Amino acid sequence: MSFVFFLIAALTLVGGLAAILLKNTVHCALALTVAFAGLAVMFLELDAQFAGFAQILVYIGAVAILVVFAILLTRNAETPKDGIYSRNWFAGLVIAAGVFAVLGWAVVHSTRVLPHETATPTVMVLDIGNALIGRYVLPLEIVALLLTAALIGAVIVAMHEKEAAK
Amino acid sequence: MNPLTAYLLVAALLFAIGLAGALTRRNAILVLIGIELMLNAANLNLIAFWRYGPHPEALTGMMFAIFSIAVAAAEAAVGLGLVISIHRHAKTTDLDAMNRMKG
Amino acid sequence: MIQESLTQLSIQPPQSVASPVAQMLWLIPALPVVASGVIALLKQPRRRTASSLAIGSLALSSLLALVAFAHVVTLWAHGDQTRETVNFTWFRFAATHVDLGWVLDPLSSVMLVMVTFVGLLIFIYSTGYMAHDENFTRFFCFLSLFAGGMLGVVIANSLLLLFMSWEIVGLTSYLLIGFWYQKPSAAAAAKKAFLTTRIGDVFFLLGIVWLFAQTGTLLLYNNGNGSMEPGALAGLLAQPAQMGLTAAGAIGLLIFAGAAGKSGQFPLHVWLPDAMEGPTPVSALIHAATMVAAGVYLIARVYPLMQAGALAGGSTTALSVVTWVGAFTAVFAALIAVAQNDIKRILAYSTVSQLGYMMAGLGMGGVAVGMFHLITHAFFKALLFMGAGSVIHGCHEEQDIRRMGGLRSDMPATFLTYAIGMLALCGFPLLFSGFWSKDGILESAQHWSVARGPLYMLVFGAFLTAFYMTRQVGYVFLGTWRGHKPAHESPAVMTVPLAVLAFFAMTLGLIGTPAWPWFRGFIESRPVPFEWHGFLEPGLLALMGTSTVVVFVGLGLGLWLYGGQAPSPEQPDILERAVPVPWAWFRDRLYVDEIYAVTVVAFYGWWARVADWLDRRVWGGAVAGVSWIFRGWAHFNRFLDMNWVDGSFDKGCEELASGGGLLSRAQNGRVQSYLRILALSVVVLVAILIWSSLP
Repeated sequence: MSFVFFLIAALTLVGGLAAILLKNTVHCALALTVAFAGLAVMFLELDAQFAGFAQILVYIGAVAILVVFAILLTRNAETPKDGIYSRNWFAGLVIAAGVFAVLGWAVVHSTRVLPHETATPTVMVLDIGNALIGRYVLPLEIVALLLTAALIGAVIVAMHEKEAAK
Repeated sequence: MNPLTAYLLVAALLFAIGLAGALTRRNAILVLIGIELMLNAANLNLIAFWRYGPHPEALTGMMFAIFSIAVAAAEAAVGLGLVISIHRHAKTTDLDAMNRMKG
Repeated sequence: MIQESLTQLSIQPPQSVASPVAQMLWLIPALPVVASGVIALLKQPRRRTASSLAIGSLALSSLLALVAFAHVVTLWAHGDQTRETVNFTWFRFAATHVDLGWVLDPLSSVMLVMVTFVGLLIFIYSTGYMAHDENFTRFFCFLSLFAGGMLGVVIANSLLLLFMSWEIVGLTSYLLIGFWYQKPSAAAAAKKAFLTTRIGDVFFLLGIVWLFAQTGTLLLYNNGNGSMEPGALAGLLAQPAQMGLTAAGAIGLLIFAGAAGKSGQFPLHVWLPDAMEGPTPVSALIHAATMVAAGVYLIARVYPLMQAGALAGGSTTALSVVTWVGAFTAVFAALIAVAQNDIKRILAYSTVSQLGYMMAGLGMGGVAVGMFHLITHAFFKALLFMGAGSVIHGCHEEQDIRRMGGLRSDMPATFLTYAIGMLALCGFPLLFSGFWSKDGILESAQHWSVARGPLYMLVFGAFLTAFYMTRQVGYVFLGTWRGHKPAHESPAVMTVPLAVLAFFAMTLGLIGTPAWPWFRGFIESRPVPFEWHGFLEPGLLALMGTSTVVVFVGLGLGLWLYGGQAPSPEQPDILERAVPVPWAWFRDRLYVDEIYAVTVVAFYGWWARVADWLDRRVWGGAVAGVSWIFRGWAHFNRFLDMNWVDGSFDKGCEELASGGGLLSRAQNGRVQSYLRILALSVVVLVAILIWSSLP
C-alpha cells in the first residue's frame, strides 16, 4: 500500500470525523466537502475515473452546496442549551463501534483470494454510454423518473405556505 | 494485507463514522450529513470490489456506484427540503424536540 | 220329593248361540248408566227432567228384566237349558285375552226383576221424599248410576265386569251416603263405608286374581271352559289341600271376604249403621234391598266354587266359615238392635242380622234357600225403610223413636204398611213371606250335617227380631204422641209404593212353601209339582211350630213391655232399668267401633306419623344432603372461577397492559432512537450470520 493511499485515506477519515464532531454546522459541511474530495481521489486511485469525476460533480458540486444552503436557511441564533449531542449519544457511539467491529471482522476474515490485483481495467466513456443505453437502460429510465419526482417533491415540500395556499 | 482489504476497512470506518454522526448529533442536517457519509462509504465498497473482483469489464460495480450517486443526490435534495420545511414549522432542527410521533 | 226331582235332572247340550233376549241383556244396566250421564250434564233446576230420565230408564230396564224373566221361565217350563251366556273378548295382550260377558239364568233373571222393580218403586218414592232438597238432580244422577252398577253386578259373567260393577256400586254408595256432605257426620260415614268395604274388596280382588291365574279364564260360564264349570273346578281341586282348605276353598274364602264387606258381616259391619246418614231412599235401596244383597248374590254366583270338593250331603270348609260368620252376625246384630233409639239404626242392625241369616242359609242350604230370603227381605226391608222415611218426613225430620208415638192414628196408611212389613220381618206364620223364607233357612240348619249350633243361634235370633221390631213399633206407632209438633201423613207419591211393597211382602211367600217350592225348583232348573205332602217332611212341622212359638213369644214380650204408654225421652227404657249393664253394652254397639279406633285406626295413625317422619327426616334429609353437596360444589366452583380463572385472566391482561406500556416506551417519536435500534438489529443479525457460518 502506497503512502498516497494512506494520506488520502487519512484525509477522508479526518474529514468525516470533523464533519460529525464540529460544533459549527457550516464547518461540518465544509469538512464533509473535504471528505467527498478524498473519496473522489480514492475513486481515481481505483481506476474508476468516471465515478471519481461524477463524485466531484454531483457530491461536491451539488450535494455539499445543497447542505450548505440548508444549514444557512435553518440557522438559529443560539446553539441548543442541551449541547450539540443528543441524549444517549453514548449508546449511538457504542452501536457505531459495534457496527465497525462486525464489519471489520468480516472483512479481515474473509478476503483471502484476490483475483485481479494487477490488471488495470480500461474503461472508456463510450463503454459506459453503451452500458447505460444497452444493459442498464431500465435503471436509467427509472432513475430519470426518480430524479424528476424528487425534484418536484423537493420543490413542493420546501415551498412557502403562502405560495402553497395560492 | 491486500489492497482490497485496506479499501474495505477504510470504507467500514467511514461507514461507522457516518453512523456515529447520524446517531449522536442533535441537528437534523448533521444526521443527513452522516447518512451521506454512509452512502459514500458504500460507494467506495462497490468500486473497490469492482476493481478487484472478477470481470471488471462488465462495468457492474461502476454502474451501481453511479446510480447510487444519482439516487443519493435525489435523496439529499428531498431530505433537506423536508428539514427546511420542518424548520419553518417548528422553528428548530433539534431532533430530540421532534417527538410528535411518540407512541 | 227331592229324590224324584233329582232323577228328573236332564242334561241338555249347552246352547251355542244365545237367544235375542239374552243378546239384549246388556241394555238393562246400560240404560240407567246412560240416563245418569245425561243427568250429570243437566243444570240444577231441571228437576222434572232428571227424575223423569231416571225413572223412565229404570222402568224400561224393569220391562226388559220382566221379558228376560219370562223367557227363562218359558225355557224352564219346557225343560230346556236355562243358562245362556254372551261372551266377547275385550282386548288381547300377549297370549292372554280379557273377556267380558253376561249370563241369563234363573238366578240372574230373578235378581234382575227384584232390583229393577224395587228400584223403580224407590225412585218414584224419592221424587216425593227429596222434593224439598236443592240437590235433587245430583241425587237422581247418582241413583241412576247406582242402579246401572248393581244391574251390572247381577248380569256379569266375567269376573272383570263383576269387579268393575262392584266398584261402581261402592262408589255410588259412598256418594249417596255422603249426599249431604256439609254435615261432618255424613262425610265421615261415607268415608267409613268406603274404607271398610275397600278392605273386603282387596281380598275379593286377590281371590279374583288367584282364580284367573289358576283357571286361565275370567269367564264364569263359557261352554264348559268357564271357571264355575266342572273342568276348571276339577283343576282347582287337583292341588293338595292345606290345613283342610283346598285351593277352591281358599279362593272362595277370599271372595267371601269381599262379600262380607259389602254385606256387612262381622267384623266389617261397622259401616252399615253409620250409612244411615244418607237420605232414607238411599238407605232403602242400597242398604236394605240391593247393594248389601250384592254380597249374598256374589256368594250365590260363585257357589260351585264354594261347594267344590264337598262329598255328597256334606259341606266344605268355605261353606262352614260362611255359615258360622252368618249365624254369629245374625245374633250379634240383633242384640245391638234391641237397645237402639234411632228408627233407622234399628232397621240398619236388623239388615245386618238378616244378611247373616242369608249367608247362613247359603252356607247350609244352597243357593235357593239363601236367595229366597234375599228376595223376600228386599221387599219387606225396603218397605220398612220407606215407611221409616215416611215417619221421619211426617214427624218433621225427627229420628229418635222416644220422641214419637201414637202415629197409628196420625199416619194410618204408613202404620198399616209398616205393620205388614214388620210382621213379614219377624216371620209371622203363614201369611207373610218372611216366615217361609226364614223357615227355609231354619230347615236347612236343621239338616246341616256339621253342627247344630247355627240352628240354635238362628232361632234365638228370630226371637230377638220379633222382640226389637215390636219394641220399635210400640215406641213409634202405639201409645201417645211425645213429639213437639203434630205429625201428618205423607203424600200419595210416598204411600202408594209402600202399599205395593206391602202386597208383595205378603204374597211372595207363596212361591217358596214346602208344598210348592217353585222358587227352589226354578233356581235349580228342576220341574216343581204342587204337592201337599211336602209339609210332611220329617221334622218340618215341628220346626214350623217352634219358630211360630218363638215369634209369638217375642211379639208378646214386646207388646207387654212397650205396647202401652211408652216412657218419655228423659226416662230410661224399661229393659234398661231391669238389666242396665247388658243394655249399656248393646246400646254402645258392643264397642266394636271403639276397638277398631284403638287398634286399627290408631295403628294406622301411628304408621302415618312414622311414614311422615321418614319422609321428612330420612328421605328429605337425604335429598337436602344431596342438594347441600351440590350447593357446596357450586360455591367451590364459584370460588375457583372468580379467583383462579378470572384472576389469572385478569392478571394476564394486566401484565399484557403493563408490558405494552413498557414496550411503548420504545416509540418515543425520536428518529435517532429508531435509527439506533435499527443499527443495533443489523449488528446483531450480522453477528448471528457470521457466527452461524463459522466452520
